[in-house]
Amino acid sequence: MERQVLARMGDGSLVATTRDQIRADLEEGTQAAAARGKMAPLAADELDHLLDIYASSARFTGVDIGAEVVLSKDGSGTPQLGSRIDALYACEQVLAHDTVELFHIDYSYKAVKTIVPFEQQFMKEAQERLTVPVHYGAQPDLGRYSAPDGPCGNWSELLPALKIDEARAAQEEAVALAVDDMVYVAESLWEAGADGLNFDTAGAAGDADFLATLRAVETLRARHSEMGIMVGMAAEMVLGTHGRLEYRGTRLAGLKPAGQLAVVAQAGATVFGPAVNTVTTRSVAWNSARALTFVKPCMAAATIPIHMNVGMGVGGMPMHAFAPVDAVSRASRACVDILRLDGL
Amino acid sequence: MFGMDVAHSCASGMNGLRAAGDLVARLQMAKGMRITQAKRYVADRLGVTPLDLSDNTAMHELRGELRLGRVFETESSYYADPSPLEAKWHIAELLELPINSVERFRAGLSCAGPAAPATAKDRP
Repeated sequence: MERQVLARMGDGSLVATTRDQIRADLEEGTQAAAARGKMAPLAADELDHLLDIYASSARFTGVDIGAEVVLSKDGSGTPQLGSRIDALYACEQVLAHDTVELFHIDYSYKAVKTIVPFEQQFMKEAQERLTVPVHYGAQPDLGRYSAPDGPCGNWSELLPALKIDEARAAQEEAVALAVDDMVYVAESLWEAGADGLNFDTAGAAGDADFLATLRAVETLRARHSEMGIMVGMAAEMVLGTHGRLEYRGTRLAGLKPAGQLAVVAQAGATVFGPAVNTVTTRSVAWNSARALTFVKPCMAAATIPIHMNVGMGVGGMPMHAFAPVDAVSRASRACVDILRLDGL
Repeated sequence: MFGMDVAHSCASGMNGLRAAGDLVARLQMAKGMRITQAKRYVADRLGVTPLDLSDNTAMHELRGELRLGRVFETESSYYADPSPLEAKWHIAELLELPINSVERFRAGLSCAGPAAPATAKDRP
């Protein structure tokens, strides 16, 4: 009888399985991505390496000494660490983060716009207390511009009513407003000393959300040649909630990580963060193989660093707010070992 | 935070101010350098190998000597170490990389006389 191995599911639960089952999960995961993304599956030696990582009985694992990568941390800090600045300082001094990110709990550029002078004050203080890079981050969050929260028509209601033209017009109107807000907030934080800006979960509201992000990045790059700009994605495929939007001739709907990278780099970002969402009913081994398959085409094409999103519910990580270290360390190592990432 | 941040840091991170992760991160974010290029650039500037950049035992002493800022703990007293802005000033010189907060601090100095040199090689 084959020896049992403990493994995690995508929801974080611990299950007993076997090495053969993990191998089958890895093969199914990479094939699932290959079929959906019309891309090559992982190679046999890559699957063998993943099998060694995921079938290990060790509680913790890590990359080889010397193979470490930069961790760019979104939303740094937690209430137990004190004030927001105290938390950033603890992340630098105690938790050894490579970068930290000042953020507001309402993680949206539109929301931050109304309190930006106070965020500037926090940024100034953070820059005086920390040595590591301090970024500012929020989400493009295009949905906030639709009724009842915003001034534009609600495309989520217009589309089911088959008011396609109205839904597209509402999104185009929202894009213009979101670009203005993102540029305003980004320049305000840059003025206060930020080392860079993070546009997190770009494309969460579809292709219009992604277009707004790209236009904001393009504007910022034209005005600030030294500004660090990171664009992290929301998903492995850009949803076509508009369907016809293009950036410099590239249709945004349906773009997968390599295509997303190309337009993000064209816009002028310095770091790209692909995201592949976790399927909670499949094992983390299945999810890891699927995520790595989606992101692999980025690596050869990249002209800027790739910091894959490997946080809650993305990149082969369980969808759980309190992630188990066995699952985190496996996903962390798997991404770096297989993809040769520039960072996470 | 324990499960996510600490686990990632231990499994694959360069460990920031404990080693040289912040320096490599600055080149990636500001210049869009890939990891191999950024590690090589920082290692050359520090006079070490890329392998040393994640080694906190090597980097702790070197950061102290070069006044680049470092972590401290209960057993250590580094009262003469530079403040964060001083440390970032030195980092900007070492990497020949403008750092936003340092540039703004420098621009705001009202009684500093002539502007400070932008890079180490500009020093008299």
